[in-house]
Amino acid sequence: MADHGHDRGDGLRVEHHFENADQQYQSAKLGMWIFLGTEILFFGGLFVAYSVYRANHPEVFVFGHHFLDKGLGALNTVILICSSLTAAWAVRAAQLRQIGMLKLMLTLTMLCAFGFMGVKTVEYNSKWKHGLLWAGSYEPHLDHTDPATDLIHNEDFEDGGDIEGVDAVETDESGTADVESAPTDTDRSAIDPAAVGPPGLAGPEPEAEGEEALEIEPANAQVYFSIYFLMTGLHGIHVLAGIGAFIWLLLCARRGDFDTGHFTRVDMVALYWHVVDLIWIYLFLLLYLI
Amino acid sequence: MAEEISAPVGVANVDHAGSDDNYLNHGKGILSWLFTLDHKRIGVMYLVAILSSFFLGGVFAMLLRSELWTAGQTIMTADTYNKMFTLHGAVMIFLFIIPGIPATLGNFVLPLMLGAKDVALPRLNLASFWLWLTGASFAVVSIIVGAVDTGWTFYTPYSTTTGTAVISMTLGAFILGFSSIFTGLNFIVTIHKMRPEGMTWFRMPLFLWGIYSTAIIQVLATPVLGITLLLLVAERALGVGIFDPALGGDPVLYQHFFWFYSHPAVYIMILPAMAIMSELISTFSGKHIFGYRFIAWSSIAIALLSFLVWGHHMFTSGQSGLTNMIFSALTFSVAIPSAVKVFNWLATMYKGSIRLAAPMLYALSFLFLFAIGGLTGLFLGSLSTDIHLHDTYFVVAHFHYVMFGGTVIAFLGGIHYWWPKIFGRMYSERWAQLSALLIFVGFNLTFFTQFVMGSHGMPRRYYNYLEQFTPYHQASTVGSFILALGFLIMAGYLLHSLVRGEKAPANPWGAATLEWETTSPPAYYNFKHDMRAGDPYDLDALRFEPSLGGYVRRDPSSVLATTEGVE
Amino acid sequence: MTATHFGRMLLARFAMMPDPEDGSFWMPPQVSTVAHSVDWLFNFILAISVFFFVLIVAVMVIFVLKYRRREGQDAAPSPSHNMALEITWTVIPVVLVIVIFFFGFKGFLDMATPPANAYEVLVEGQKWNWSFTYPNGYVDENLHVPVDRPVRLVMSSSDVIHSLYVPAFRIKMDVVPGRYSKAWFEATEPGEYDLFCAEYCGTSHSDMLAHVIVHPPGEFEPWLEKASNFLETMSPVDAGRKLFQVRGCMQCHSMDGSAKTGPTLLGVFGRSENMADGSTITVDENYIRQSILEPNARVVAGFEPVMPTYQGRLKDAEIMAIIEYLKAPEGAPQEE
Repeated sequence: MADHGHDRGDGLRVEHHFENADQQYQSAKLGMWIFLGTEILFFGGLFVAYSVYRANHPEVFVFGHHFLDKGLGALNTVILICSSLTAAWAVRAAQLRQIGMLKLMLTLTMLCAFGFMGVKTVEYNSKWKHGLLWAGSYEPHLDHTDPATDLIHNEDFEDGGDIEGVDAVETDESGTADVESAPTDTDRSAIDPAAVGPPGLAGPEPEAEGEEALEIEPANAQVYFSIYFLMTGLHGIHVLAGIGAFIWLLLCARRGDFDTGHFTRVDMVALYWHVVDLIWIYLFLLLYLI
Repeated sequence: MAEEISAPVGVANVDHAGSDDNYLNHGKGILSWLFTLDHKRIGVMYLVAILSSFFLGGVFAMLLRSELWTAGQTIMTADTYNKMFTLHGAVMIFLFIIPGIPATLGNFVLPLMLGAKDVALPRLNLASFWLWLTGASFAVVSIIVGAVDTGWTFYTPYSTTTGTAVISMTLGAFILGFSSIFTGLNFIVTIHKMRPEGMTWFRMPLFLWGIYSTAIIQVLATPVLGITLLLLVAERALGVGIFDPALGGDPVLYQHFFWFYSHPAVYIMILPAMAIMSELISTFSGKHIFGYRFIAWSSIAIALLSFLVWGHHMFTSGQSGLTNMIFSALTFSVAIPSAVKVFNWLATMYKGSIRLAAPMLYALSFLFLFAIGGLTGLFLGSLSTDIHLHDTYFVVAHFHYVMFGGTVIAFLGGIHYWWPKIFGRMYSERWAQLSALLIFVGFNLTFFTQFVMGSHGMPRRYYNYLEQFTPYHQASTVGSFILALGFLIMAGYLLHSLVRGEKAPANPWGAATLEWETTSPPAYYNFKHDMRAGDPYDLDALRFEPSLGGYVRRDPSSVLATTEGVE
Repeated sequence: MTATHFGRMLLARFAMMPDPEDGSFWMPPQVSTVAHSVDWLFNFILAISVFFFVLIVAVMVIFVLKYRRREGQDAAPSPSHNMALEITWTVIPVVLVIVIFFFGFKGFLDMATPPANAYEVLVEGQKWNWSFTYPNGYVDENLHVPVDRPVRLVMSSSDVIHSLYVPAFRIKMDVVPGRYSKAWFEATEPGEYDLFCAEYCGTSHSDMLAHVIVHPPGEFEPWLEKASNFLETMSPVDAGRKLFQVRGCMQCHSMDGSAKTGPTLLGVFGRSENMADGSTITVDENYIRQSILEPNARVVAGFEPVMPTYQGRLKDAEIMAIIEYLKAPEGAPQEE
């Protein structure tokens, strides 16, 4: 048996430690599936955090999700699903050595990915403008005419809103107490009152101001945004990594790496991309829709 | 120096003797090592890296044990002491023992046992090593800029509010986690796709069953550590508040996340050690392993059950009684497969032909020390006793008995076993025996007293302690110095063997697994011919060949594949 | 404990029946109602462990001696599997661990279920001391309890996770910020016992000690009465020092000259301080009182306005005592 890589005859290179091209391909495929398994577990931790917090404080999630625009979320979902289609098509093109089609599909996939990031930028920007960030930086302020009472109106809800006249509780700046300097007696005034908490910790219910309040900002509403940014942020990083991978594939295609019908790389990246898409679908469901 | 050992009868795979052209000298210069795709070189680099980490972690241990000589301040302040035990734990766990056996012996031996030329994904293997180097660099940077004082467990809210270099250390651990994932991934693919002709799953050496089970855990558990550490970094850097009660978070949630990885992690540590044990006991008893299938399945069982018991680290955390009960019950289940292995190893020795070579001395030490370690786990799995023993020195003693007395001892046994294969040299048996004895005695003196201290209520991670505990601590510190001496001697004779050791034959011990069918050290391409697997424990298929000073197969063609190329 | 005492204890205790009062080779004295069952289970598991350990090591040693390699002699043929043996040495451990689990669980249930008439003490853990609030509002740095009466602890932390551990009672429970955790015990023997923090919490984790003082029958109530009136029984300076230690002042204000979250109060009385608003004041009784009741009205320059108010939490007489303590020439904490 030769101790160096050998050609299959039609130019396909088999690494020296593999017996044949099929073993090489099967190894790559198994490896990629295992890697994707690790990605699922990686995100899984965040899904568990979501589940735990939602189970304990459903009102926080119901309240928070009104600040997400379902339309934009749906648009992103469609974009990613289309990009999965173009990625799969790219694999097929590579298998059939249709290099032109391959390059087209890779480019379209990347455009979709950029589009996704663009929409995300718009959404993140809006959150930033309104101070709807993760817990440590949560300072909601909504730009309309009545800053004094800081009420949340219909138009503040990016999803069009079906809540009328909601009162925002003034979250004062130091509502997020530094743990180090927390008072030592059983004075919990620095801890936000819990909506549902153990006896002794619940504070006074936030007073409804003025107009009829149909929904009150629950205590610890900021937890929703922490989870939102963690989950979508990590997902966004994976989208960026995917863009990088597609750029690499395009360069390989231009270099002629796929002329021999060796399509494993395209297949593997496309698999990764499908998982990124799948994770987004769950994020859309859990964060935007329910 | 190579005295020519002519290609002898019965060693079909060796077409030239000695070590003139082997993987060590094939390709010169540091870049040929740093950019190698050869699993053997990667294994050796890992060995150097990991043993250096063991030394570093050991230095921290000696420092903290020295501080504990007296009940008050001895040689350092409380803050420094807190950093010492944190760094000892973090370095030993993340840099040494988790990569430990798989990255070093696993990398080197796995493809050879499969008669293969390399692992399935050699570039990923190299990436794994570079990630180790990167993660280790972050850890070293963290140590230099002020180190960490949170304990290796980084419990919140302390870890999110302390002023020490937590972010760099946790990022280091995060990167090291990926090194571990890639190693595990590689091994799973290799074992699935690259077994030779004749090697069905149940004809695989048990070392590979152990490595495989470990790889399953590495791949499934480590990502959860990854996300946990990422959340910790996000909490410190951005204030996401997920573990901060003042922001609506839950500090105990961190513990669940952390232990969901860290409990399976301890089986990442012990399964490879048990894997080595099967090889050592069989070879040095001159007998087929007893209960092959039971040992194989017990490795898988341990891997799967390990995911179900993390809550036993949290019996006093305030979680519900029902949760406690479930975790306690499941914890006992994971004890059973380990016990089964121990009994099977003992049965292997029955009516054997036992040689007390250095690897076997370590295997016997393992049986003694792991028995204590495992049995003391019963006290901790049981709810009412654990309430008393949790967070005391009893726990410290327990995990040192299993991690050190178990994993490290088996690792040492494996190093001594495969040393001739890896480096082509024999070490001094006399010095090895002395070192093994010192380590055994030193270890017990260091750690047994800690059980008694702990059950008397001595809490762990204590800089100052009550006077009544002084004798225990002093005995422990004395033991640690004896341990250190044993290791220094070991470093001495092993390094000496590299330059002056007797050249090793292909099969010095008479083992039947495939790595012994090639030269010591192997050629860079591993095997000249395609290999076929027989029964990996059929020791009768070998006989001692005095002219070689080693063992040969009675029928060399039995391990050659039936395809072309046989001379 | 001296070396000779240790040695004698080893000899006397290990092989013989443990004396619950003085503890045994393995355990501290049994001073609570659950200690006996915990120790019993410990000894049960110990017996099983010793049995199996001796068995394993003995078999190993015997085999090594008996089957030592002899020249020219290979291992005698013997089977490499035996189903009956595998089943036996699987089933027996399974049965044993089920038994151990059952007793552990049963003991735990007792430890987790306080009786209905338990005497309740609130516990606050902080870096790095404990404070215990009795039902009448009195706060002490040690835990005093009556003997033979169930006591329920309701605990929380004001900063990081701590853990309350009394080895002599065999109880332990984590003390977590943002929630209450509970533990209970019933002491059976008057005396003084160690209380440790058992969850690492930083620099002085190992100094976070307290004592549990178990009062003989009839002595607890008088003690509480007297202690609660410390303002009458102690000098104002001593009372002020006590308040300073147990009411949380020490956490932010050192008495050794070092600035922490708040300025050091060593020698503060009569000191000239620069305020955050640019003015300068001399620290007198009025300023101290105002700092306690309206802490963020006038803040020393360089410090954050984070001190919580003690309005409604300290009586006037207590504030007076604190002022007196801060006036004392060396307001350093008393050596324990």
